[in-house]
Amino acid sequence: MTESSAAAIGATRDTPATRRRALFWQVVDDYSLILIFIALFAVLSASVQYFFSWDNMVGLLLSVSQIGMVSCTMMFCLASRDFDLSVGSTVAFAGVFCAIVANATGSVAIGVAASLAAGALVGFVNGAVIAKLKINALITTLATMEIVRGLAFISSHGQAVGVSNEAFFTLGSASVLGLPVPVWVTLACFVVFGVLLNKTIYGRNTLAIGGNPDASRLAGVAVDRVRIAIFLIQGVIAALAGIILASRMTSGQPNAGEGFELNVISACVLGGVSLMGGRASISGVIVGVLIMGTVQNAMSLMNIDAFYQYLVRGTILLIAVLVDQLKNRRQAR
Amino acid sequence: MTDAPRLEFRHIGKSFPGVRALSDVGFSVRAGSVHGLLGENGAGKSTMMKILGGEYIPDEGEVAIDGRAMDFRKAADAIDAGVAVIHQELQYVPELSVMENLLLGRLPTRFGLVDRRRALAWTRERLDALGVDLDPRAKLKALSIGQRQMVEIVKAILRDAKILALDEPTSSLSHRETEVLFRLVRDLRAQGKAMIYISHRLDEIFELCDAATIFRDGRKVADFDTLEGVTRETLVQRMVGRDIGDIWGYRPREHGDIRLSVKNVSGRAVQQPVSFEVKAGEIVGFFGLVGAGRSEIMRVIYGADRRLTGDVAVDGQPVKPSQIRDAIRHGLVLCPEDRKEDGIIGVRSVSENINISARRNHLVAGLFVNDRVEAKTADGYIDRLRIRTPHRRQEIRLLSGGNQQKAVLSRWLAERDLRVLIVDEPTRGIDVGAKNEIYNVLYELAGRGVAVVMISSELPEVLGVSDRVIAMCRGRIVAQFSRDEANEANVLAAALPEGASATPTPAR
Repeated sequence: MTESSAAAIGATRDTPATRRRALFWQVVDDYSLILIFIALFAVLSASVQYFFSWDNMVGLLLSVSQIGMVSCTMMFCLASRDFDLSVGSTVAFAGVFCAIVANATGSVAIGVAASLAAGALVGFVNGAVIAKLKINALITTLATMEIVRGLAFISSHGQAVGVSNEAFFTLGSASVLGLPVPVWVTLACFVVFGVLLNKTIYGRNTLAIGGNPDASRLAGVAVDRVRIAIFLIQGVIAALAGIILASRMTSGQPNAGEGFELNVISACVLGGVSLMGGRASISGVIVGVLIMGTVQNAMSLMNIDAFYQYLVRGTILLIAVLVDQLKNRRQAR
Repeated sequence: MTDAPRLEFRHIGKSFPGVRALSDVGFSVRAGSVHGLLGENGAGKSTMMKILGGEYIPDEGEVAIDGRAMDFRKAADAIDAGVAVIHQELQYVPELSVMENLLLGRLPTRFGLVDRRRALAWTRERLDALGVDLDPRAKLKALSIGQRQMVEIVKAILRDAKILALDEPTSSLSHRETEVLFRLVRDLRAQGKAMIYISHRLDEIFELCDAATIFRDGRKVADFDTLEGVTRETLVQRMVGRDIGDIWGYRPREHGDIRLSVKNVSGRAVQQPVSFEVKAGEIVGFFGLVGAGRSEIMRVIYGADRRLTGDVAVDGQPVKPSQIRDAIRHGLVLCPEDRKEDGIIGVRSVSENINISARRNHLVAGLFVNDRVEAKTADGYIDRLRIRTPHRRQEIRLLSGGNQQKAVLSRWLAERDLRVLIVDEPTRGIDVGAKNEIYNVLYELAGRGVAVVMISSELPEVLGVSDRVIAMCRGRIVAQFSRDEANEANVLAAALPEGASATPTPAR
C-alpha cells in the first residue's frame, strides 16, 4: 500500500472478517443481559411448575416492585459515582411515619405527604453533606442509615404500627387493569426515570459527573446541585416504596427493609450500572431487577431453603460483575 | 558495528477492534544510542512502546534483544529482559515516599521490619550519584509532575535496565527539570544503554537523538541512521505526510474594544493581585515557568477557584466571582491545562463531551435534550476540526490527545455567544499537524472578535501565535511585550526568577 492511501483514512481499515467479529461482540455486549434473562426465563418456564402462570407473573412483579422503584433512583446515584446505603432504613421509617401520621390526623393523604416529605429531608441531608461538606457517600449514608433506622424504632417504640383507616390498604392491594397498584407505580418509575436519564440535562449531567466530576464542573455543570437532587429524589422514592410496603403489610414496621439497600444496589449492578460512575441504562436496570425477582421467585417455587437463596443471589451478582469486567477489558484493549 | 543491534523490532503488526494500529513496522536501536521516535498522535508510537513493555502482545512479528527473539507475555517478562518503558501516564504510589516507591517490593528489612535507616541511606546515595535533587522522604503526591517523572526514571535505572524507552518525558517538565533529564539521558547513553525517545518537540529530538524513525498511521515512513544534515522541515513533512508550510500561520488582525478586563484579581494560589486586559480579536500569550501562577490566575478568573479580591468584566459586564456558570453565561470560557483530569469526561461519547454545555440553548419544550441538533453539532465539529473518531458516539477516552483537545475546544465553539476563550496549554502532547489546526481555530475565533488568552510553556508557540505576550513569574505579571518587541531572549529573561536585569520593558 502506498503512503497516501494509508494516510487518507487515519487508521487502516481492517478486513470484513474482523469487522464482522467486532460487530458480533458489540451486539453481544449490548444485549448480553437481555439475552441472559430471556434464556433464564425460558428455562424456568419449561422446567419449573407454575412458574409461567399469570398469577405467578403478577406475584413476581409485585415482589420486585419496591426494589424496582428504588433501583431507578439508585441508578442515578451510582451513575454519578455515589452510593446510598440509607434507603432500607428510609423504607422502614417512611412506613412507620406514614402510619403514625395517618392515625393521628385521620387522613391517609396527610400521612403519605408527611412521609414523602420526611424521605425528602433524609435525602436532602445525605446530598448536602456529601456534596457540600465533601464527606464520602459511603460513610455519610452509613451514618444516616443508622440514624433513620433508630428514628423508625423510636417513633414506633419498636413495634409495628397498625393503621385503622381502610383506605390505606388500597394503595398496596388494589388492582387496575389486572395489575396491582405497586406494579403500576414501578412501571411509571421506570418510564419517568428512563426519560430523565436519557432525555434531560439532569440525566446527562448525572452521567457526566460520574464520568469525571472535575471536568463536569469546569464544563459548567452545577455539580453540587445535581448531587443533592439525586439524593433528595432517592429519599422521596424510598419513602414511597416504604409507604406501599406498609400498605401491603397493613402496618408500618420499624424493622422492614433490612438489607433492602444491598438488593437494590445488586439489581443495578446486575443491570450493568458501573460503580465507577458514568455508565447506566434504564433497560439494564429493568432486566437486573427482573433477574433478581425471577431467580428469587423460582427458588421459592422449587422450595429451595431460604438459607441457600443467599448463596445463589451472591453467586449471580459475582458472575454479573465478572462479565461486566471482561466486557470492559475487551473494550479497553 | 557488526554485531546485532541491542533492540530490534521485526515486522510488528497489531490490530484492535476496528483499528489497525501497527502494520509491518520494524526498526532497530544500537546500544549506546538514543533513538528518536516521531509521529503524530495515533501514529502507533505508544502501541509500539506497549508492545516493547510486554503490555500488548503483537499479532505479527517479534521483538529481539541482542539478536534473540523475545516472547513477552506480560509486563514482568519485559522487565526481566532489561526493558524499562516510562509512559506518559506514570505509575507510582502517590501515598508513599520517594524511597518507598524506588524500593517497592524490595525494601531492606531487619527482624522482619522495614529498615528505614538503611533504605534512606541507600536512596540518598543513589540519588546523589545520579545528580537528582529529591528528598527521599517526600511523598510522591507532594512532588511536581516533573519530579515524579524523575522518580520513575531513577526507578528504571536502579532496575539496571539496558533498554529504556521514554514516552514524551518532557511534556510537563520545567526548563530546569528538562536539563536534568537530558543530562541523565546522555549519561545513560555513555554507559551503553539503548534508548528510545518519543517527543513532539523537534528541538529535543535534534539535541538528543542519534537516529530516528518516523511513524505515520501505523506504518514506518522513514528511518534516519543519523540526524546530521536532516532539517526540521523534512521531519515535519514526513510525519504529517504533507507540507504544512509555516507552522504558526499567523496573520495580523484588527483589534476592537476591550473585551476582557481583569482588575486586581487574586486567589488562594495567587496572592498578589493581577490586572490585565484583552481586546476583541486579540490573542494574548501568557508565558512563564511551571508554577509561575498562570493557570492558577486563569482558574480564578473563570471561577473554577475562589476569587478573593478583584473584578472580572466581559464587555464591561461584571462576572460574579467563583461561579463558573456565570462566566459561561457571559461567554467567558476556559479549556483547562490537564485535559484528562479537568477537560474530558472519558467514559462519555465525543458528542456528549461537545454538547455538555451548549445543549441548554436548544432544549425541546424547555426540558428535553434535542438529539437531532446535538448530533448535527457534534458531526459538524468532528468534520470542521478534523477530529479523528470512528463516529460521534465513541467514548472520548479512546481518542488521541490532540483529538480530545479538539473536542474540548468544540464544546466552547458550540457556545452561542463566545466572547473570551482562555486556553491553557492547548497543544501539550499534541502532534505538529494537530497543533497547526488548533492555532487556526484560535485565529478564526479571534477573527470573529473573540478575545483569546493562551497559556503555554513553549516559548516559540507563544511568540508565534500571540499578538501580545505577557510574562509571569512567581504569581505576578512582570512584563508585557507587543508582538514586534517580543523575542526568545527578552521574554525568557523576564519570566525567569531574578532575571529582572535583562528585562527591557518594566511591568505595567
